[in-house]
Amino acid sequence: MSIWEYANPKKFLRTTERILPPLWLVSGVLILGGLIWGFFFTPDDYRQGSTVKIIYLHVPAALMAINAWFMMLVASLIWVIRRHHVSALAAKAAAPVGVVMTLIALITGAIWGQPMWGTWWAWDPRLTSFLVLFLFYLGYIALWEAIDNPDTAADLTSILCLVGSVFAVLSRYAVNFWNQGLHQGASLSLDKQENVADVFAYPLYACMAGFILFFLVLVLYRTGTEIRLRRMKALLARERMSDA
Amino acid sequence: MRDLRLAFRAGGGFGLGLAFFLIVTVMVPFSVGPNSATLATIAPGVLWLGALLACLLSLDRLLALDWEDGSLDLLATAPLPLEGVLSIKALAHWLTTGLPLVLAAPVLGVLLNLPAGGYLWITLSLLIGTPALSVIGCFGAALTVGLKRGGLLMSLLVMPLYVPTLIFGAEVARRGAQGMAVETPLLMLGGITLGSIALLPFASAAVLRVNLR
Amino acid sequence: MPDLGKYADTVLSAYGLSALLLLGLLVMTLRRGAKVRAELAAVEQRVKSNG
Repeated sequence: MSIWEYANPKKFLRTTERILPPLWLVSGVLILGGLIWGFFFTPDDYRQGSTVKIIYLHVPAALMAINAWFMMLVASLIWVIRRHHVSALAAKAAAPVGVVMTLIALITGAIWGQPMWGTWWAWDPRLTSFLVLFLFYLGYIALWEAIDNPDTAADLTSILCLVGSVFAVLSRYAVNFWNQGLHQGASLSLDKQENVADVFAYPLYACMAGFILFFLVLVLYRTGTEIRLRRMKALLARERMSDA
Repeated sequence: MRDLRLAFRAGGGFGLGLAFFLIVTVMVPFSVGPNSATLATIAPGVLWLGALLACLLSLDRLLALDWEDGSLDLLATAPLPLEGVLSIKALAHWLTTGLPLVLAAPVLGVLLNLPAGGYLWITLSLLIGTPALSVIGCFGAALTVGLKRGGLLMSLLVMPLYVPTLIFGAEVARRGAQGMAVETPLLMLGGITLGSIALLPFASAAVLRVNLR
Repeated sequence: MPDLGKYADTVLSAYGLSALLLLGLLVMTLRRGAKVRAELAAVEQRVKSNG
Protein backbone atom coordinates (compact mmCIF):
# COMPACT_ATOMS: atom_id res chain seq x y z
CA MET A 1 0.00 0.00 0.00
CA SER A 2 1.65 3.21 -1.07
CA ILE A 3 0.44 6.68 -1.81
CA TRP A 4 1.00 6.11 -5.51
CA GLU A 5 -2.00 3.81 -5.65
CA TYR A 6 -4.12 6.94 -5.48
CA ALA A 7 -2.62 7.94 -8.78
CA ASN A 8 -5.11 5.50 -10.25
CA PRO A 9 -8.10 7.72 -11.14
CA LYS A 10 -10.66 5.02 -10.37
CA LYS A 11 -9.19 4.34 -6.96
CA PHE A 12 -8.96 8.05 -6.31
CA LEU A 13 -12.62 8.54 -7.14
CA ARG A 14 -13.74 5.61 -5.02
CA THR A 15 -11.74 6.72 -2.00
CA THR A 16 -12.66 10.39 -2.18
CA GLU A 17 -16.29 9.41 -2.62
CA ARG A 18 -16.04 7.68 0.73
CA ILE A 19 -14.06 10.21 2.74
CA LEU A 20 -15.49 13.44 1.34
CA PRO A 21 -18.85 13.62 3.18
CA PRO A 22 -17.33 13.52 6.70
CA LEU A 23 -14.61 15.93 5.60
CA TRP A 24 -17.19 18.40 4.28
CA LEU A 25 -18.89 18.22 7.63
CA VAL A 26 -15.77 18.68 9.73
CA SER A 27 -14.45 21.59 7.69
CA GLY A 28 -17.84 23.26 7.78
CA VAL A 29 -18.13 22.85 11.52
CA LEU A 30 -14.61 24.14 12.09
CA ILE A 31 -15.00 27.22 9.92
CA LEU A 32 -18.45 28.11 11.17
CA GLY A 33 -17.53 27.28 14.75
CA GLY A 34 -14.29 29.22 14.61
CA LEU A 35 -15.94 32.22 12.99
CA ILE A 36 -18.86 32.24 15.40
CA TRP A 37 -16.52 31.84 18.33
CA GLY A 38 -14.33 34.62 17.03
CA PHE A 39 -17.19 36.88 16.03
CA PHE A 40 -19.41 36.58 19.08
CA PHE A 41 -17.28 35.42 21.96
CA THR A 42 -13.96 37.23 21.80
CA PRO A 43 -13.30 40.65 23.31
CA ASP A 44 -12.32 43.66 21.25
CA ASP A 45 -8.68 44.53 21.01
CA TYR A 46 -7.79 47.62 23.03
CA ARG A 47 -6.23 49.37 20.04
CA GLN A 48 -8.04 47.89 17.06
CA GLY A 49 -11.49 47.72 18.56
CA SER A 50 -13.76 45.23 16.88
CA THR A 51 -11.76 45.19 13.66
CA VAL A 52 -9.57 42.55 15.25
CA LYS A 53 -12.32 40.08 14.36
CA ILE A 54 -11.27 40.29 10.73
CA ILE A 55 -8.17 38.29 11.63
CA TYR A 56 -10.25 35.08 11.65
CA LEU A 57 -10.78 35.45 7.93
CA HIS A 58 -7.65 37.26 6.88
CA VAL A 59 -4.97 35.02 8.35
CA PRO A 60 -6.44 31.63 7.33
CA ALA A 61 -7.14 32.91 3.81
CA ALA A 62 -3.61 34.26 3.47
CA LEU A 63 -2.24 30.98 4.80
CA MET A 64 -4.14 29.00 2.20
CA ALA A 65 -3.34 31.43 -0.60
CA ILE A 66 0.32 30.59 -0.22
CA ASN A 67 -0.10 26.92 0.57
CA ALA A 68 -2.39 26.41 -2.41
CA TRP A 69 0.42 27.58 -4.67
CA PHE A 70 2.83 25.36 -2.80
CA MET A 71 0.52 22.40 -3.27
CA MET A 72 0.30 23.19 -6.98
CA LEU A 73 4.08 23.25 -7.10
CA VAL A 74 4.33 19.81 -5.51
CA ALA A 75 1.59 18.41 -7.73
CA SER A 76 3.31 19.87 -10.80
CA LEU A 77 6.60 18.28 -9.78
CA ILE A 78 4.89 14.92 -9.36
CA TRP A 79 3.34 15.27 -12.80
CA VAL A 80 6.64 16.23 -14.41
CA ILE A 81 8.56 13.41 -12.74
CA ARG A 82 6.06 10.55 -12.47
CA ARG A 83 3.38 11.60 -14.95
CA HIS A 84 0.32 10.76 -12.89
CA HIS A 85 -2.73 12.39 -14.41
CA VAL A 86 -4.46 12.82 -11.07
CA SER A 87 -1.59 14.99 -9.92
CA ALA A 88 -1.82 17.36 -12.88
CA LEU A 89 -5.57 17.58 -12.50
CA ALA A 90 -5.23 18.29 -8.79
CA ALA A 91 -2.96 21.23 -9.56
CA LYS A 92 -5.53 22.52 -12.04
CA ALA A 93 -8.30 22.06 -9.49
CA ALA A 94 -6.41 23.94 -6.78
CA ALA A 95 -5.70 27.12 -8.76
CA PRO A 96 -9.16 28.74 -8.63
CA VAL A 97 -9.40 27.96 -4.91
CA GLY A 98 -6.06 29.67 -4.43
CA VAL A 99 -7.31 32.70 -6.36
CA VAL A 100 -10.34 33.05 -4.12
CA MET A 101 -8.19 32.71 -1.01
CA THR A 102 -5.81 35.38 -2.29
CA LEU A 103 -8.75 37.63 -3.07
CA ILE A 104 -10.23 37.18 0.40
CA ALA A 105 -6.88 37.95 2.01
CA LEU A 106 -6.51 41.08 -0.13
CA ILE A 107 -10.08 42.29 0.37
CA THR A 108 -10.27 41.71 4.11
CA GLY A 109 -6.84 43.30 4.42
CA ALA A 110 -7.99 46.37 2.51
CA ILE A 111 -11.19 46.67 4.53
CA TRP A 112 -9.20 46.39 7.75
CA GLY A 113 -6.50 48.77 6.54
CA GLN A 114 -8.97 51.53 5.77
CA PRO A 115 -9.76 52.47 9.41
CA MET A 116 -6.49 51.16 10.90
CA TRP A 117 -3.83 52.48 8.56
CA GLY A 118 -6.08 55.15 7.08
CA THR A 119 -5.75 53.69 3.61
CA TRP A 120 -7.24 50.87 1.56
CA TRP A 121 -3.99 50.02 -0.01
CA ALA A 122 -0.33 50.65 0.63
CA TRP A 123 2.55 49.34 -1.41
CA ASP A 124 3.76 47.34 1.51
CA PRO A 125 5.92 44.28 0.77
CA ARG A 126 3.38 41.75 2.03
CA LEU A 127 0.48 43.36 0.23
CA THR A 128 2.49 43.74 -2.92
CA SER A 129 3.67 40.15 -2.95
CA PHE A 130 0.12 38.96 -2.56
CA LEU A 131 -0.91 41.06 -5.51
CA VAL A 132 1.92 39.53 -7.52
CA LEU A 133 0.85 36.07 -6.36
CA PHE A 134 -2.65 36.89 -7.59
CA LEU A 135 -1.24 37.75 -11.02
CA PHE A 136 0.67 34.45 -11.08
CA TYR A 137 -2.55 32.58 -10.37
CA LEU A 138 -4.33 34.41 -13.16
CA GLY A 139 -1.60 33.60 -15.66
CA TYR A 140 -1.57 29.96 -14.60
CA ILE A 141 -5.33 29.57 -14.99
CA ALA A 142 -5.33 31.45 -18.28
CA LEU A 143 -2.72 29.07 -19.66
CA TRP A 144 -4.81 26.03 -18.65
CA GLU A 145 -7.83 27.53 -20.36
CA ALA A 146 -5.96 28.39 -23.53
CA ILE A 147 -4.71 24.92 -24.44
CA ASP A 148 -6.98 22.17 -25.75
CA ASN A 149 -4.83 19.09 -25.40
CA PRO A 150 -4.94 18.16 -21.69
CA ASP A 151 -1.48 16.58 -21.60
CA THR A 152 0.16 19.52 -23.32
CA ALA A 153 -1.67 21.88 -20.98
CA ALA A 154 -0.52 19.89 -17.95
CA ASP A 155 3.09 19.94 -19.14
CA LEU A 156 3.15 23.63 -19.92
CA THR A 157 1.36 24.74 -16.77
CA SER A 158 3.61 22.56 -14.62
CA ILE A 159 6.72 24.17 -16.00
CA LEU A 160 5.12 27.60 -15.67
CA CYS A 161 4.36 26.76 -12.04
CA LEU A 162 7.98 25.74 -11.40
CA VAL A 163 9.45 28.81 -13.07
CA GLY A 164 6.76 31.00 -11.53
CA SER A 165 7.60 29.75 -8.04
CA VAL A 166 11.20 30.79 -8.42
CA PHE A 167 10.18 34.23 -9.63
CA ALA A 168 7.50 34.57 -6.96
CA VAL A 169 10.14 34.03 -4.28
CA LEU A 170 12.44 36.49 -6.04
CA SER A 171 9.61 39.02 -6.14
CA ARG A 172 9.08 38.55 -2.44
CA TYR A 173 12.67 39.52 -1.73
CA ALA A 174 12.57 42.28 -4.30
CA VAL A 175 9.54 44.00 -2.77
CA ASN A 176 11.01 43.59 0.69
CA PHE A 177 14.01 45.48 -0.50
CA TRP A 178 11.95 47.98 -2.42
CA ASN A 179 9.75 49.32 0.34
CA GLN A 180 9.64 49.15 4.09
CA GLY A 181 6.59 47.51 5.52
CA LEU A 182 3.49 48.82 7.19
CA HIS A 183 2.22 45.30 7.80
CA GLN A 184 2.75 43.78 11.22
CA GLY A 185 5.01 40.77 11.62
CA ALA A 186 3.83 37.21 11.92
CA SER A 187 0.60 36.82 13.86
CA LEU A 188 1.55 33.32 14.92
CA SER A 189 5.18 32.67 15.50
CA LEU A 190 7.17 30.87 18.15
CA ASP A 191 8.31 34.20 19.44
CA LYS A 192 5.79 34.85 22.19
CA GLN A 193 6.35 38.59 22.18
CA GLU A 194 4.88 39.15 18.74
CA ASN A 195 2.04 36.71 19.10
CA VAL A 196 -1.59 37.57 19.29
CA ALA A 197 -3.09 36.97 22.71
CA ASP A 198 -4.51 33.55 23.54
CA VAL A 199 -8.13 34.72 23.51
CA PHE A 200 -7.73 35.54 19.86
CA ALA A 201 -5.44 32.63 19.06
CA TYR A 202 -7.73 29.67 19.82
CA PRO A 203 -10.63 30.62 17.54
CA LEU A 204 -7.99 31.55 15.00
CA TYR A 205 -6.55 28.03 15.14
CA ALA A 206 -10.03 26.63 14.61
CA CYS A 207 -10.54 28.84 11.56
CA MET A 208 -7.15 27.92 10.14
CA ALA A 209 -7.82 24.22 10.55
CA GLY A 210 -11.22 24.75 8.99
CA PHE A 211 -9.78 26.63 6.02
CA ILE A 212 -7.12 23.96 5.48
CA LEU A 213 -9.74 21.23 5.47
CA PHE A 214 -12.09 23.27 3.31
CA PHE A 215 -9.30 23.73 0.80
CA LEU A 216 -8.54 20.03 0.88
CA VAL A 217 -12.17 19.06 0.38
CA LEU A 218 -12.67 21.52 -2.45
CA VAL A 219 -9.51 20.36 -4.22
CA LEU A 220 -10.40 16.67 -3.86
CA TYR A 221 -13.90 17.29 -5.12
CA ARG A 222 -12.71 19.44 -8.02
CA THR A 223 -10.06 16.90 -8.91
CA GLY A 224 -12.82 14.30 -9.09
CA THR A 225 -14.71 16.59 -11.45
CA GLU A 226 -11.64 17.02 -13.64
CA ILE A 227 -11.09 13.25 -13.75
CA ARG A 228 -14.66 12.68 -14.88
CA LEU A 229 -14.35 15.45 -17.45
CA ARG A 230 -11.21 13.85 -18.81
CA ARG A 231 -12.83 10.45 -18.99
CA MET A 232 -15.83 11.90 -20.75
CA LYS A 233 -13.62 13.56 -23.35
CA ALA A 234 -11.82 10.27 -23.90
CA LEU A 235 -15.11 8.41 -24.35
CA LEU A 236 -16.44 11.00 -26.78
CA ALA A 237 -13.22 10.87 -28.76
CA ARG A 238 -13.41 7.09 -28.98
CA GLU A 239 -17.02 7.33 -30.09
CA ARG A 240 -16.09 9.70 -32.90
CA MET A 241 -13.32 7.33 -33.94
CA SER A 242 -15.65 4.34 -34.21
CA ASP A 243 -18.25 6.41 -36.07
CA ALA A 244 -15.78 7.48 -38.67
CA MET B 1 25.56 31.79 -36.26
CA ARG B 2 23.55 31.51 -39.43
CA ASP B 3 20.67 31.26 -37.03
CA LEU B 4 21.57 34.58 -35.54
CA ARG B 5 21.59 36.24 -38.96
CA LEU B 6 18.27 34.68 -39.80
CA ALA B 7 16.77 35.83 -36.54
CA PHE B 8 18.11 39.28 -37.29
CA ARG B 9 16.33 39.36 -40.60
CA ALA B 10 13.20 37.74 -39.21
CA GLY B 11 13.27 40.16 -36.30
CA GLY B 12 11.99 42.65 -38.86
CA GLY B 13 10.68 45.28 -36.52
CA PHE B 14 14.18 46.45 -35.76
CA GLY B 15 13.09 50.02 -35.21
CA LEU B 16 9.58 49.21 -34.12
CA GLY B 17 10.37 48.55 -30.48
CA LEU B 18 12.47 51.68 -30.45
CA ALA B 19 9.65 53.76 -31.92
CA PHE B 20 7.29 52.35 -29.31
CA PHE B 21 9.72 53.27 -26.55
CA LEU B 22 9.89 56.82 -27.93
CA ILE B 23 6.13 57.19 -28.16
CA VAL B 24 5.54 55.91 -24.63
CA THR B 25 8.09 58.36 -23.29
CA VAL B 26 6.50 61.20 -25.20
CA MET B 27 3.04 60.29 -23.96
CA VAL B 28 4.05 60.39 -20.30
CA PRO B 29 4.31 64.20 -19.94
CA PHE B 30 0.93 64.50 -21.65
CA SER B 31 -0.62 62.28 -19.01
CA VAL B 32 1.09 63.57 -15.85
CA GLY B 33 1.63 67.20 -16.82
CA PRO B 34 4.73 69.11 -17.87
CA ASN B 35 6.00 69.94 -14.38
CA SER B 36 9.71 69.25 -14.66
CA ALA B 37 10.21 68.34 -11.00
CA THR B 38 7.54 65.64 -11.23
CA LEU B 39 9.01 64.35 -14.46
CA ALA B 40 12.48 64.21 -12.96
CA THR B 41 11.18 62.07 -10.08
CA ILE B 42 9.42 59.53 -12.24
CA ALA B 43 11.86 59.55 -15.17
CA PRO B 44 13.86 56.42 -14.18
CA GLY B 45 10.71 54.40 -13.57
CA VAL B 46 9.08 55.55 -16.79
CA LEU B 47 12.16 54.72 -18.83
CA TRP B 48 12.31 51.25 -17.32
CA LEU B 49 8.61 50.64 -17.85
CA GLY B 50 8.80 51.88 -21.42
CA ALA B 51 11.74 49.61 -22.17
CA LEU B 52 9.94 46.68 -20.58
CA LEU B 53 6.78 47.21 -22.62
CA ALA B 54 8.74 47.67 -25.83
CA CYS B 55 10.51 44.41 -25.07
CA LEU B 56 7.23 42.66 -24.35
CA LEU B 57 5.56 43.79 -27.54
CA SER B 58 8.35 42.48 -29.72
CA LEU B 59 8.30 39.05 -28.11
CA ASP B 60 5.59 37.41 -30.15
CA ARG B 61 7.74 37.75 -33.25
CA LEU B 62 10.52 35.88 -31.48
CA LEU B 63 9.29 32.41 -32.34
CA ALA B 64 6.02 32.93 -34.21
CA LEU B 65 7.54 33.37 -37.67
CA ASP B 66 9.66 30.24 -37.36
CA TRP B 67 6.66 28.38 -36.06
CA GLU B 68 4.52 29.34 -39.04
CA ASP B 69 6.98 28.32 -41.73
CA GLY B 70 7.93 25.15 -39.88
CA SER B 71 11.59 25.95 -39.44
CA LEU B 72 11.14 25.50 -35.71
CA ASP B 73 10.65 21.77 -36.27
CA LEU B 74 13.87 21.73 -38.27
CA LEU B 75 15.71 23.56 -35.52
CA ALA B 76 14.42 21.10 -32.95
CA THR B 77 15.91 18.19 -34.87
CA ALA B 78 19.10 20.05 -35.72
CA PRO B 79 22.38 18.85 -34.15
CA LEU B 80 22.50 22.00 -32.04
CA PRO B 81 20.60 21.41 -28.76
CA LEU B 82 17.33 23.28 -28.51
CA GLU B 83 18.55 25.03 -25.38
CA GLY B 84 21.37 26.55 -27.44
CA VAL B 85 19.03 27.53 -30.25
CA LEU B 86 16.76 29.34 -27.82
CA SER B 87 19.67 31.07 -26.13
CA ILE B 88 20.78 32.36 -29.50
CA LYS B 89 17.23 33.43 -30.31
CA ALA B 90 17.08 35.32 -27.03
CA LEU B 91 20.45 36.88 -27.78
CA ALA B 92 19.23 37.94 -31.21
CA HIS B 93 16.12 39.41 -29.62
CA TRP B 94 18.27 41.33 -27.19
CA LEU B 95 20.58 42.63 -29.93
CA THR B 96 17.66 43.79 -32.06
CA THR B 97 15.43 45.10 -29.27
CA GLY B 98 17.20 45.38 -25.95
CA LEU B 99 20.41 47.01 -27.05
CA PRO B 100 18.74 49.81 -29.08
CA LEU B 101 16.56 50.51 -26.06
CA VAL B 102 19.61 50.79 -23.84
CA LEU B 103 21.22 53.22 -26.25
CA ALA B 104 18.06 55.27 -26.67
CA ALA B 105 17.29 55.55 -22.96
CA PRO B 106 19.71 58.42 -22.16
CA VAL B 107 18.40 60.41 -25.12
CA LEU B 108 14.83 59.95 -23.96
CA GLY B 109 15.99 60.79 -20.45
CA VAL B 110 16.57 64.33 -21.68
CA LEU B 111 12.90 64.58 -22.63
CA LEU B 112 11.90 63.59 -19.10
CA ASN B 113 14.29 65.95 -17.38
CA LEU B 114 16.30 63.09 -15.88
CA PRO B 115 18.75 64.40 -13.21
CA ALA B 116 22.33 64.57 -14.43
CA GLY B 117 23.55 61.77 -12.16
CA GLY B 118 20.97 59.38 -13.54
CA TYR B 119 22.19 58.95 -17.12
CA LEU B 120 24.99 56.57 -16.29
CA TRP B 121 22.80 54.43 -14.02
CA ILE B 122 19.76 54.19 -16.27
CA THR B 123 22.00 53.05 -19.11
CA LEU B 124 23.93 50.64 -16.95
CA SER B 125 20.85 49.16 -15.27
CA LEU B 126 19.12 48.69 -18.61
CA LEU B 127 22.26 47.19 -20.06
CA ILE B 128 22.37 44.62 -17.26
CA GLY B 129 18.63 44.11 -16.97
CA THR B 130 17.37 43.86 -20.54
CA PRO B 131 19.08 40.51 -21.27
CA ALA B 132 16.96 39.05 -18.47
CA LEU B 133 13.87 40.54 -20.13
CA SER B 134 14.78 38.85 -23.40
CA VAL B 135 15.48 35.46 -21.83
CA ILE B 136 12.33 35.49 -19.71
CA GLY B 137 10.37 36.67 -22.72
CA CYS B 138 11.78 33.79 -24.74
CA PHE B 139 10.32 31.43 -22.16
CA GLY B 140 6.95 33.14 -22.48
CA ALA B 141 7.11 32.99 -26.26
CA ALA B 142 7.93 29.27 -26.12
CA LEU B 143 4.97 28.68 -23.81
CA THR B 144 2.45 30.33 -26.08
CA VAL B 145 3.96 29.65 -29.48
CA GLY B 146 1.24 27.47 -30.98
CA LEU B 147 -1.71 29.40 -29.66
CA LYS B 148 -4.07 31.62 -31.51
CA ARG B 149 -4.20 35.01 -29.87
CA GLY B 150 -1.20 34.01 -27.81
CA GLY B 151 0.09 37.57 -27.57
CA LEU B 152 -2.29 38.75 -24.91
CA LEU B 153 -1.89 35.57 -22.89
CA MET B 154 1.86 35.88 -23.15
CA SER B 155 1.74 39.37 -21.67
CA LEU B 156 -0.26 38.02 -18.75
CA LEU B 157 2.25 35.21 -18.21
CA VAL B 158 5.44 37.21 -18.71
CA MET B 159 4.57 40.35 -16.75
CA PRO B 160 4.65 38.73 -13.29
CA LEU B 161 7.97 37.14 -14.19
CA TYR B 162 9.31 40.59 -15.01
CA VAL B 163 8.51 41.93 -11.54
CA PRO B 164 11.86 41.29 -9.80
CA THR B 165 13.87 42.55 -12.77
CA LEU B 166 11.78 45.69 -12.99
CA ILE B 167 11.98 46.39 -9.27
CA PHE B 168 15.73 46.05 -9.02
CA GLY B 169 16.42 47.72 -12.35
CA ALA B 170 14.25 50.73 -11.64
CA GLU B 171 15.64 50.86 -8.13
CA VAL B 172 19.18 51.16 -9.47
CA ALA B 173 18.13 53.92 -11.82
CA ARG B 174 16.11 55.75 -9.17
CA ARG B 175 18.82 55.61 -6.53
CA GLY B 176 21.43 56.56 -9.06
CA ALA B 177 19.42 59.57 -10.14
CA GLN B 178 19.12 60.69 -6.53
CA GLY B 179 22.80 60.12 -5.88
CA MET B 180 22.34 57.25 -3.43
CA ALA B 181 24.29 54.01 -3.17
CA VAL B 182 23.33 51.53 -5.88
CA GLU B 183 25.54 48.50 -5.21
CA THR B 184 22.93 46.20 -3.65
CA PRO B 185 20.18 46.46 -6.28
CA LEU B 186 22.82 46.44 -9.00
CA LEU B 187 24.22 43.17 -7.71
CA MET B 188 20.73 41.68 -7.36
CA LEU B 189 19.87 42.77 -10.89
CA GLY B 190 23.03 41.18 -12.20
CA GLY B 191 22.25 38.03 -10.25
CA ILE B 192 18.77 37.77 -11.73
CA THR B 193 20.09 38.29 -15.23
CA LEU B 194 22.86 35.73 -14.91
CA GLY B 195 20.55 33.22 -13.23
CA SER B 196 17.91 33.66 -15.93
CA ILE B 197 20.45 33.28 -18.72
CA ALA B 198 21.88 30.16 -17.12
CA LEU B 199 18.66 28.34 -16.24
CA LEU B 200 15.69 29.59 -18.21
CA PRO B 201 16.77 28.28 -21.64
CA PHE B 202 16.32 24.77 -20.23
CA ALA B 203 12.76 25.56 -19.20
CA SER B 204 12.09 27.25 -22.56
CA ALA B 205 13.45 24.26 -24.47
CA ALA B 206 11.39 21.83 -22.39
CA VAL B 207 8.27 23.87 -23.04
CA LEU B 208 9.00 24.18 -26.74
CA ARG B 209 9.50 20.42 -27.07
CA VAL B 210 6.07 19.92 -25.55
CA ASN B 211 4.57 22.41 -27.97
CA LEU B 212 6.24 20.78 -30.96
CA ARG B 213 4.99 17.33 -30.02
CA MET C 1 -25.20 40.30 18.37
CA PRO C 2 -21.97 41.64 19.85
CA ASP C 3 -21.42 45.35 20.04
CA LEU C 4 -19.06 46.18 17.19
CA GLY C 5 -18.74 49.83 18.06
CA LYS C 6 -17.81 52.32 15.38
CA TYR C 7 -16.17 49.65 13.25
CA ALA C 8 -19.37 47.69 12.62
CA ASP C 9 -19.36 48.50 8.90
CA THR C 10 -15.77 47.44 8.54
CA VAL C 11 -16.14 44.10 10.28
CA LEU C 12 -19.48 43.22 8.73
CA SER C 13 -18.42 44.09 5.21
CA ALA C 14 -15.27 41.99 5.59
CA TYR C 15 -17.29 39.02 6.79
CA GLY C 16 -19.97 39.57 4.18
CA LEU C 17 -17.62 39.78 1.22
CA SER C 18 -15.60 36.79 2.39
CA ALA C 19 -18.73 34.72 2.89
CA LEU C 20 -19.90 35.73 -0.57
CA LEU C 21 -16.62 34.67 -2.14
CA LEU C 22 -16.40 31.38 -0.25
CA LEU C 23 -20.01 30.46 -0.95
CA GLY C 24 -19.63 31.47 -4.59
CA LEU C 25 -16.62 29.19 -4.93
CA LEU C 26 -18.45 26.38 -3.18
CA VAL C 27 -21.59 26.69 -5.30
CA MET C 28 -19.62 26.89 -8.55
CA THR C 29 -17.56 23.86 -7.60
CA LEU C 30 -20.59 21.78 -6.67
CA ARG C 31 -22.66 22.79 -9.69
CA ARG C 32 -19.86 22.06 -12.11
CA GLY C 33 -19.19 18.77 -10.35
CA ALA C 34 -22.83 17.73 -10.60
CA LYS C 35 -23.04 18.77 -14.23
CA VAL C 36 -19.94 16.86 -15.27
CA ARG C 37 -21.09 13.82 -13.30
CA ALA C 38 -24.46 13.81 -15.06
CA GLU C 39 -22.89 14.29 -18.48
CA LEU C 40 -20.43 11.49 -17.90
CA ALA C 41 -23.22 9.18 -16.82
CA ALA C 42 -25.15 10.01 -19.98
CA VAL C 43 -22.14 9.39 -22.21
CA GLU C 44 -21.30 6.13 -20.49
CA GLN C 45 -24.88 4.98 -20.90
CA ARG C 46 -24.80 5.76 -24.59
CA VAL C 47 -21.46 4.04 -25.12
CA LYS C 48 -22.75 0.94 -23.37
CA SER C 49 -25.98 0.79 -25.33
CA ASN C 50 -24.14 1.26 -28.61
CA GLY C 51 -22.10 -1.77 -27.80
